[in-house]
Amino acid sequence: MSKESMRSPLGRALGLGSAKAGVGEWWRERVSALALVPLTVWFAASLIVHTGSDYATLIAWLRTPIVSLLMVLLLAGIFYHTALGLQVVIEDYVHSGLKILALIGMRFICAGLAAAGILATLRIAFGR
Amino acid sequence: MTNSTAKRLRPLSPNIQIYRPQLTSVLSIANRISGIVLSLYAIVLVVWLVAAATGPQAYSNVHVFMGSGVGRILLFGCSLSFFLHLCGSIRHLIWDAGFGFELRTIYASGWTVVLISSALTIIAWIVSIVLAGWNR
Repeated sequence: MSKESMRSPLGRALGLGSAKAGVGEWWRERVSALALVPLTVWFAASLIVHTGSDYATLIAWLRTPIVSLLMVLLLAGIFYHTALGLQVVIEDYVHSGLKILALIGMRFICAGLAAAGILATLRIAFGR
Repeated sequence: MTNSTAKRLRPLSPNIQIYRPQLTSVLSIANRISGIVLSLYAIVLVVWLVAAATGPQAYSNVHVFMGSGVGRILLFGCSLSFFLHLCGSIRHLIWDAGFGFELRTIYASGWTVVLISSALTIIAWIVSIVLAGWNR
């Protein structure tokens, strides 16, 4: 802490306020929300229609090019938006040194789940 | 020396517990909670997709679990969280665009979110049960 005492009050204050990356994250959360409105409504409606479908019907549906495309977009959108949303939650409630670990862990999990979901979609799309 | 200023006791705004719950505050926290809940259901979505990609047996396991009592309660929670978060977020997007800040409008849009998200949840379940039958 002693090395910080050399800094001026202005130097200590700069970069600590809200004027960091917040605006960009705020925008990205809104834009991804906007993209997810049609994607999730489409997916929810499709799931309702497919409630009684068997495995073969479901796979045939998932293999349709437009459905595969929308699934990849849906997964990317969901986990992008989830990561931004959970980031706000973690930043609001975790104040200890755990914060950075929680943020990194959360992002790793979101990236891993997005990759797993997209890979599964592609395996179905390009499978035999 | 620098820490003394940071540790000085400053006046705090009253804590959330002393407020009577209002529609505005309840919907605000509901949007956050439903978002957190939906991030957990996103895991279920990936499990479901991976099972579908793995094969009929793996998919059948997930499908049977989803049709069980616990699975249906989870699916109901998922649908309610989804419609609540969807409607609540559209309300937020309208605010973000700069509209709807009059107190009357805020309450009107709040009750609209409650009514439409409940209605959509009920309609979704009725349609899915009508299409597939209760035992699907």
